[in-house]
Amino acid sequence: MASHKMSARDVNVFYGEKQAIRNVSIDVDKENVTAFIGPSGCGKSTFLRTLNRMNDTVVGCRTEGRIELDGEDIYASEMDVVLLRARVGMVFQKPNPFPKSIYENIAYGPRIHGLAENKSAMDHVVETSLHRAGLWNEVKDRLQESGTALSGGQQQRLCIARAIAVDPEVILMDEPCSALDPIATAKIEELITELRGRFAIVIVTHNMQQAARVSQRTAFFHLGELVEYGATADIFTNPTQTRTQDYITGRYG
Amino acid sequence: MPLSMIAVIVLALGAIAFAAARSKARLFKPVGTERLHSRPNYHAAHMLLWVVVPALIFVAMWSFVAPRLINQSILTSPAASELPPPGIERDAVLNEIRDLATGKLEVSFNPAAEQLAPVYRDARDHYTILGGIAAALLAYAGGGYAWTRLRREFRARNRVERAVMVVLVAASLIAIFTTFGIVISLLFESLLFFQKVSPAEFFFSLEWSPQTAMRADQVGSSGAFGAVPLFWGTIFIGAIIAMIVAIPLGLMSAIYLTQYARPRFRAWMKPLLEMLAGVPTVVYGYFAALTVAPAIRDAATWAGIPGASSESALAAGVVMGVMIIPFVSSMADDSLAAVPQAMKDGSLALGATPSETIRRVLVPAALPGVVGGVLLAVSRAIGETMIVVMAAGMAANLTLNPFATVTTVTTQIVALLTGDQEFDSAKTLAAFALGLTLLIVTLILNIIALRVVKKYREAYE
Ligand SMILES: Nc1ncnc2c1ncn2[C@@H]1O[C@H](COP(=O)(O)OP(=O)(O)OP(=O)(O)O)[C@@H](O)[C@H]1O
Ligand SMILES: [Mg+2]
Repeated sequence: MASHKMSARDVNVFYGEKQAIRNVSIDVDKENVTAFIGPSGCGKSTFLRTLNRMNDTVVGCRTEGRIELDGEDIYASEMDVVLLRARVGMVFQKPNPFPKSIYENIAYGPRIHGLAENKSAMDHVVETSLHRAGLWNEVKDRLQESGTALSGGQQQRLCIARAIAVDPEVILMDEPCSALDPIATAKIEELITELRGRFAIVIVTHNMQQAARVSQRTAFFHLGELVEYGATADIFTNPTQTRTQDYITGRYG
Repeated sequence: MPLSMIAVIVLALGAIAFAAARSKARLFKPVGTERLHSRPNYHAAHMLLWVVVPALIFVAMWSFVAPRLINQSILTSPAASELPPPGIERDAVLNEIRDLATGKLEVSFNPAAEQLAPVYRDARDHYTILGGIAAALLAYAGGGYAWTRLRREFRARNRVERAVMVVLVAASLIAIFTTFGIVISLLFESLLFFQKVSPAEFFFSLEWSPQTAMRADQVGSSGAFGAVPLFWGTIFIGAIIAMIVAIPLGLMSAIYLTQYARPRFRAWMKPLLEMLAGVPTVVYGYFAALTVAPAIRDAATWAGIPGASSESALAAGVVMGVMIIPFVSSMADDSLAAVPQAMKDGSLALGATPSETIRRVLVPAALPGVVGGVLLAVSRAIGETMIVVMAAGMAANLTLNPFATVTTVTTQIVALLTGDQEFDSAKTLAAFALGLTLLIVTLILNIIALRVVKKYREAYE
């Protein structure tokens, strides 16, 4: 039985008057990759962003319910959002490297959190992070070049390396491959598989095969509700809900 | 009958032609399934253009030519032998003749003028009638031509569209030619100046005292035209003190407005801030001279700072800085708003605070745009006149003391050109050389600024 890293209970999210998430309860495993699937607009991104409180930055967005990280309520007033986001990192749909050098992109997080004492410690952090993101060999000779000069797939791995560099416990990925070609996608999937176990990973995807390939747990969302959540193999071969089955077999979505 | 009457008549002819062409074009019927190419209004507009445009162009040219022809006929008339030789005096008499003839002057000072006034009147009537007839003929000719083309198949719409385009091109060319005209006239006067004073003295010498002797026996006014103190004063006030005020305030208010302010507050605050740019500079001038300058002087004297003056670089610079804030802030605002939200999210998701995000990601990303804004602001500040005239003073000091009085290029231009002047003295001509220098510097600043901003825009597209 896998242990839970994060757990959400009865979460409701509103954009102004409009409710985007209804009564979602879900546990995210420590050692597994969890996939969120569901038709467009069903609230996958919204729910993902409640997990590191990125929705706080959206004007008019309100979250109800309880979300715990290792048993601590992340919406409690004692929870510091800066520290929370250092523990729960995020990778976005479109690669968004900073317009700085590759080195500075990685060093950004460790620097603001004071994770490296000196230059050589920082060099070490940068190198390990790039290694883990499978990017080191491609960029080791051009660390001072701009991060925006890399290819889309490399940029996305740079963003993953950037998230890894602050040594998070959870990494949230919102459709990390939707802007990439199949080869770059395959690399990211491989990377996710390698990172599994070291970090709890949650990935939003529209690609059913991708969810089947990289995840062990799958959650199916529909119209703001969590319809079904279980082992990936079960969800894809043997869904209990007709809505899940309809979606997986491509009847809508 | 003055020339303006002719223009009115031409326009009236045009209106008639328009109406006539339209009623004829209304009778055109489409053949089969084919549609009419041009609607009646286009046919009529085409007609109107042919009647009005050539005739009006002629009238405009005639208004330049006719006075010369009139003068010519005065000078060739028998009574003209009593006129003075060509020069200022003769021009004065010619003016007098004209004023007598048009009734602006009741009595003449010059007997020749009295004799020649009727000649002027005759010549004027003669040429006006001639011009009128020519204009009318042109209008008829143009109208006649257009009338022969007034057929169902004629593509009047395309012609009219092209005429509209020509008008638009001409309008934009006028602006460009005006700029050229300004540059050329400045250049011309400046060249005259540099024949009297060497460019080396003007650009490098440190002494500025432009009082030249009116008479040879006057003493103590040999005139020194070293403009360095003026350039320094301009830079000190416009590019240093004003920017020390404007850059941080402009940037910070832009950051506040784009990143922190609620939309409703922003909707109020932004126009309010931009209103600063609309305050007449003379009002800033009052404020600088009457409020800020005395306060600064008192504070400086109290603090025991030497050389504090009631017209200080600091007073002018600070007020100018306030005036410039909207330039900096609106450019900074635009470029901060252009930084993609994804960039901000990326930083926040790493656990950066909003202010860390602003400092380390937003501002660096927006920097080129901000720099562009600052350069535009500098070019605006160094060309600014009213504030420095009222608050900066006249003494050409080469000083680093912001409490002392300094003078600027614009202040000196005003000083050189006000009052009674000979228009060919080095003193007066110096104003043009200063103006030209200022123009070139601001032009260069603008070009660089626009380049920087453009390059930056491309980076995000
Ligand atoms: N900033 C916002 N303001 C208002 N409504 C929003 C906002 N963001 C999302 N929504 C709404 O919330 C609902 C869920 O959106 P969300 O982006 O979470 O869907 P999604 O499942 O991620 O869709 P997709 O697969 O297309 O990314 C949608 O109806 C959307 O219109
Ligand atoms: Mg989404």
